[in-house]
Amino acid sequence: MSRQYIIRKILIMIPSLLGISLVLFTILAMAPGDPFEELATNPAVPPEVRAALRAKFGLDDPVWTRYLHWLVAMIQGDWGFSFVSRMDVDKLILQRLPVTLIVIGSSQIIAMLVALPVGVLAATRPYSLFDQVANTLAFVGFSLPTFFTGLLFILVFSIQLDWLPFVYRANIDATGWQFYWEHIKQSIMPVMVLGLFQGASLVRFVRSSVLDVIKLDYVTTARSKGIGERKVITKHVVRNALIPVVTLVALQLPIVFGGAIVTEQIFRVPGIGSLLISSMLSNDTPVVMAVTFVIACLVVFFNLLADIIYGWLDPRISYR
Amino acid sequence: MAGLTPASLTADAPAPAVAAPRKNRPTSPWQEAWRRFRRHRLAVASGVVLLLLIAAVTLGPFIWPVAINEIDFTAKLQGPSWAHPLGTDDLGQDLLARLIYGGRISLAVGLAAMVVAVVVGVVVGALAGMSAGWVDAALMWLTDLFLALPLLPLLLLLMYLFRDHFKRLFGVEGGAFILIVVVIGGLRWMQVARLVRAQFLSLREKEFVEAARALGASKLRLVVGHILPNALGPVIVAGTIDVAAAIIAESTLSFLGLGFPSDIPTWGSVLRDAKDYLDIAPHWALFPGAAIFLAVITINFMGDGLRDALDPRRVL
Repeated sequence: MSRQYIIRKILIMIPSLLGISLVLFTILAMAPGDPFEELATNPAVPPEVRAALRAKFGLDDPVWTRYLHWLVAMIQGDWGFSFVSRMDVDKLILQRLPVTLIVIGSSQIIAMLVALPVGVLAATRPYSLFDQVANTLAFVGFSLPTFFTGLLFILVFSIQLDWLPFVYRANIDATGWQFYWEHIKQSIMPVMVLGLFQGASLVRFVRSSVLDVIKLDYVTTARSKGIGERKVITKHVVRNALIPVVTLVALQLPIVFGGAIVTEQIFRVPGIGSLLISSMLSNDTPVVMAVTFVIACLVVFFNLLADIIYGWLDPRISYR
Repeated sequence: MAGLTPASLTADAPAPAVAAPRKNRPTSPWQEAWRRFRRHRLAVASGVVLLLLIAAVTLGPFIWPVAINEIDFTAKLQGPSWAHPLGTDDLGQDLLARLIYGGRISLAVGLAAMVVAVVVGVVVGALAGMSAGWVDAALMWLTDLFLALPLLPLLLLLMYLFRDHFKRLFGVEGGAFILIVVVIGGLRWMQVARLVRAQFLSLREKEFVEAARALGASKLRLVVGHILPNALGPVIVAGTIDVAAAIIAESTLSFLGLGFPSDIPTWGSVLRDAKDYLDIAPHWALFPGAAIFLAVITINFMGDGLRDALDPRRVL
């Protein structure tokens, strides 16, 4: 893979980031009312602070200068001050971000662990009973909204069976193995809810991708050389079938972040998703804007990563 | 047999000779699609269940005329009984009546948001597909940009910023309805736009379009009368799946507290109220959740059946 390819991809990322910032800013500028209206009624904030904030955010300037000011501030990491948490927004988000990334990352691993074997098995026996059952279960999986699966999991595993805690606690007073075990125990449900939902939609992608590859000539060649069926599938088919799946995983990311918001809210996981909801419910506009922007940037960044991985897996792409 | 017949023979033959070998009545494309749809048993069963569900929420209030906001503290948090077939909530309100009312809103939001998404998508896709050059490039850049936007955070943001304004303009229920429909529809048109554009790019070079153009048909007439009807199959499939996605989106918004307020029971907002009583009144959460699931999965299966029936690339 050439360095040129990576640079080109990074350069393509810039206009989409600018576009996203433009969309977000347009929404904010179109919004009725003053974003700092809350402060006027809040007796804890003196009027001079409000005036200073208005001046700082240039609320009386023309739209274009306001956009540029806002953009420059966002790039510099000056994201404002959270009135509810009483700290800088960027610090607040940095505090919450790792939890969200861990939850999303481990749920993606679960999703692949479910989708890969099921999708490959279904594709090697198309229209068999296994294929039909897997297909139906996949439909059930992505038709169950994550908020309902979450509640069902709580009902079964926390209330009926009493195996897992349903409220995520950040401060566990245990040490060593006990500490890690408690953390794993309370992460199982949010990760499974997100992972199974994601896995259900991936099963169909994996299946159709394997079906596309399995009828290619080189697979027939491998078979005719006398290589066992298992080896043909694992060494020859799956490796190539997974290449398009990388892109599909990246394309699903906006949905994954949406699912993460819901699961974090249900299980009270202290990530940026639950931060977004709680800031909205308490009218903390700077945090709301920053979290939305961060999620949008993360999606673009992971898309870039997927593009680069794609180019590395399939060198034909990077020479086009 | 067909392979042995010279191609010119059929072309030169008089019309009755061509029609003669056909024993059956000619089938229209729609009859053909219906025949293929019927073969998808799950889709047909889903269609029946979905029709029953729609009938239940539209005719329900006449069969079960119980007020949705009749508070009765002596009957709070009760499980299913003859007086309350689906039980009651923490204020003793009848859940069946509330779910019937909520089903009307949820299904109406799904349909209306789908219409918005399909109309925007068809207009953008048709514009991009008919005009080459920078218009096409700009519209496709916009489509890709919207596809990269995280849907739920943006939905939440729009609801958060505009909710109060719409409430003032159109009232509590109407304002929430209009805003949710516009926002969900306005963020889900991209798939339709891409499909329509792709269809337009290939269809506009076809001979029948050229023939119509040669006969002097205007551009609008070409699009509306000749190209669009042939591009409709994938759009119908995408639109069906959009209904399910819109129902999930509305329920998610209401569940998170940024959709319909609690005094307007939709399936999502009933579920939000129920989630704190999971241990003592699980029925309260199970029924609205099951309703959402049933609506979404039947619509998704219908979409799958319609794909088999209408998408010419996937003829079985």
